[in-house]
Amino acid sequence: MNFRSLSKILLAVLLIFATNTSFAKTIKWSMQGDSLTLDPHAQNEGPTTQVSRQVYEALVTRGLDMSIGPQLATKWKAVDPNTWYFFLREDVKFSNGQQMTSEDVVFSILRAKQPTSDFKEYISTISSVKAIDDYTVQIKTSKPNPILLNQLSNIFVMSKQWSNENFATAPQNWDAGQETFSAVNAMGTGPFKITLREPNTKTVFKKNKKWWGDVEHNITEIQLLPIKNAATRVAALLSGEIDIVTDAPVQDLNRISSSAGHKVESTPQMRTIFLGMDQAADQLRSGNTGDNPFKKKQVRQALYQAIDIEAIKKKVMRGLSEPAGIITFPGVTGYTKALDKRLPYDIDAAKQLLADAGYPDGFEVELRCPNDRYVNDEAICTAVVGMLGKIGVKVNLFAQTKSKHFKELKDDQGDFYMLGWGVPTLDSHYVFHYLYESGASWNKVNFSNADVDAAIRVMEGEVDLEKRNAAIAKAWEIVKDDISYLPLHHQVISWASKSNVDVPIRPNNEPLFRFSRVN
Amino acid sequence: MDNNKSNLLNRIRNSDVYFSFKKSPTAIISSIILAIIFFCSFFVELVVPYNPFDPSSLSLMEAFTPPSWTEDGLPKFILGTDGQGRDMLSTILYGSRISLIVGFSAIIFSLILGVGLGLTAGYFGGKYEMFVMRLTDVQLTVPSILMALLVDGIARGIISREMHDEMAIYVLIFAIGISEWPQFARVSRAATLVEKNKDYVSASTIIGVSNLVVMFKHILPNIMRPILVIGTIGLALAILAEATLSFLGVGVPPTTPSLGTLIRLGNDFLFSGEWWITFFPAIFLVLLAFSINLLGDWMRDTLNPKLN
Repeated sequence: MNFRSLSKILLAVLLIFATNTSFAKTIKWSMQGDSLTLDPHAQNEGPTTQVSRQVYEALVTRGLDMSIGPQLATKWKAVDPNTWYFFLREDVKFSNGQQMTSEDVVFSILRAKQPTSDFKEYISTISSVKAIDDYTVQIKTSKPNPILLNQLSNIFVMSKQWSNENFATAPQNWDAGQETFSAVNAMGTGPFKITLREPNTKTVFKKNKKWWGDVEHNITEIQLLPIKNAATRVAALLSGEIDIVTDAPVQDLNRISSSAGHKVESTPQMRTIFLGMDQAADQLRSGNTGDNPFKKKQVRQALYQAIDIEAIKKKVMRGLSEPAGIITFPGVTGYTKALDKRLPYDIDAAKQLLADAGYPDGFEVELRCPNDRYVNDEAICTAVVGMLGKIGVKVNLFAQTKSKHFKELKDDQGDFYMLGWGVPTLDSHYVFHYLYESGASWNKVNFSNADVDAAIRVMEGEVDLEKRNAAIAKAWEIVKDDISYLPLHHQVISWASKSNVDVPIRPNNEPLFRFSRVN
Repeated sequence: MDNNKSNLLNRIRNSDVYFSFKKSPTAIISSIILAIIFFCSFFVELVVPYNPFDPSSLSLMEAFTPPSWTEDGLPKFILGTDGQGRDMLSTILYGSRISLIVGFSAIIFSLILGVGLGLTAGYFGGKYEMFVMRLTDVQLTVPSILMALLVDGIARGIISREMHDEMAIYVLIFAIGISEWPQFARVSRAATLVEKNKDYVSASTIIGVSNLVVMFKHILPNIMRPILVIGTIGLALAILAEATLSFLGVGVPPTTPSLGTLIRLGNDFLFSGEWWITFFPAIFLVLLAFSINLLGDWMRDTLNPKLN
């Protein structure tokens, strides 16, 4: 071997090393649970959307400051209260190189309206979608919809051709446990694409080189590695195995921020945690009284007043929560401080209420909880079990992983359950439409009130803001007085990361890796 | 009656076992520790003032109280409280009762199974012996914790969820018991092979005593010594196996925690400085298993004169 070829080899090796170290920027991201499915319309759930958001894009989107701005549509106009035109970007390609046109947008919105979609209620007011030309879409609503843009920001656009080729024209039927190609593969227009998907183990995102936007991030790869156990997750972060944890355990924040190479950021999250009580069943599935005590408002109020929310805040949440009186939080249209005030914690009053309702010795019921979804979810439930025990209600705790918890909840298996609700549209309508409207998909307490239903119709169709706000206020009064849910607290989230990893924290707990940097 | 009692006492006092026990400080200390642990665990209601599983006695505001000798400690919680305000000392003692019950039951289950199969295999011989012994060989290739996990997983699949919490403790006993029987079978078969050629066995057979009586009345008492020795060590192993399974989250449910469950629950608070929640159950488990092991070692030395 002569000197020349040797030097060539050495140079080549050097080049490989140089490119590897200076250009390969990987972020290893961890949280307690994984995305439930990659199908962008199959599940309307936090972590699922967080993953989809990196890969899929919508007509409009919320920026870092949570305000609505253009994404796939550059501009839009409403020619009359029921007819909207969206003008699309012409330089958008899917990550397989195929051009995105209005056909894909029409296909995606119609797909999200199919029966198996979890977003069908989200955009229930959309009556028709039509492609005017290659880059113009016309959307008609059944009535004037003041929050259409908010709603569209969560309807991700898929490739029509890819969906046709891979038998994914309908959303995965998640509730029935269906497995589809689109549940483990993704084809979007976003800044990243998914190259490996092992559910609950590892998901690898690579930079999408065909992305249309200005690249502000310097990331070449993201690895999502869910770690269920809190201590293990923190240990992985501290040892450098993980770069960012988007649900840092509250008890470990001091330990993490005292580490030289790590930082912690906290922000009030747009999510309220609460307990639901099924008021429709004639007999509790897990009860011992042969009837349904939750049908009586006194019982619901007794449970409410038996919960010492300040103790939960201090001991379980370590101060990182805000006790809640309603299932919505500051920043949402319709929220007021007065509404958010809780009934006082009063054991004696609670006992009296139970006795008045005809249950002086309490009753038995099962409380269903997720154990990998909300901050300290299982610990909150355990604390509630103890508190309700003091007024004689014997609660059996059943905690399980979120995918089973949600599935069984949707199958109407829960008497008494924990749920958290975020409001991505930042409008009270979202809460009423899903949690309070008669027969709504997440209304598992089976609350039904004609006045509230009427107010929801007003929220959907009323463009006069004053009248609309009055309807929202009235609906909140009714549901707050009825105590159909037991609100617990608004969550505060904390992200912990290495000091050199810069992922801006957002109140909806959604990281936007397109604005992230590794230094 | 009194005569009988003093006779028995005298017999114990004059036996070689008692003599060696008196001479061995490790045996004395470990049996004192074990006696205390057993007493406290089985009469826990008398020993500690709190029932940590009665929700009406708990106060969440008292959660995370450190041990009483530290700065923020409260005198009424000697070892501090856990994240739900339960007194650690009471929780540990209630937990160790469950650990001990599971350990004892599992070891008795595998003793009956293992000795029964080993004894009959050694006595009858032939194809039956070969079948039983190859079965032990096969099972010894599977690590016992894996075997226990397997049994637990299958049981979970069969038993409905409502039943599972109630059945969990029985499943655990069965899982640990079934994973430890081969060594009992091997030891008792080997001992039986030695015994069955002795004259007293031949004599019994000649006068027409039935096989069952020969095995369980004549041979069994003579092979008890080695079985007791491995039984004691097996007990420590069974308690540890229970702790391991509960730590992995497949053992007893958190509502009635055993020592392993307590260690798992406390594990979440290790980084945040609340060390006592996992430390005390862990130390307690070490103490328990260590004492049983020491006692087992002493028994092996005493009951197995061949080793001396």
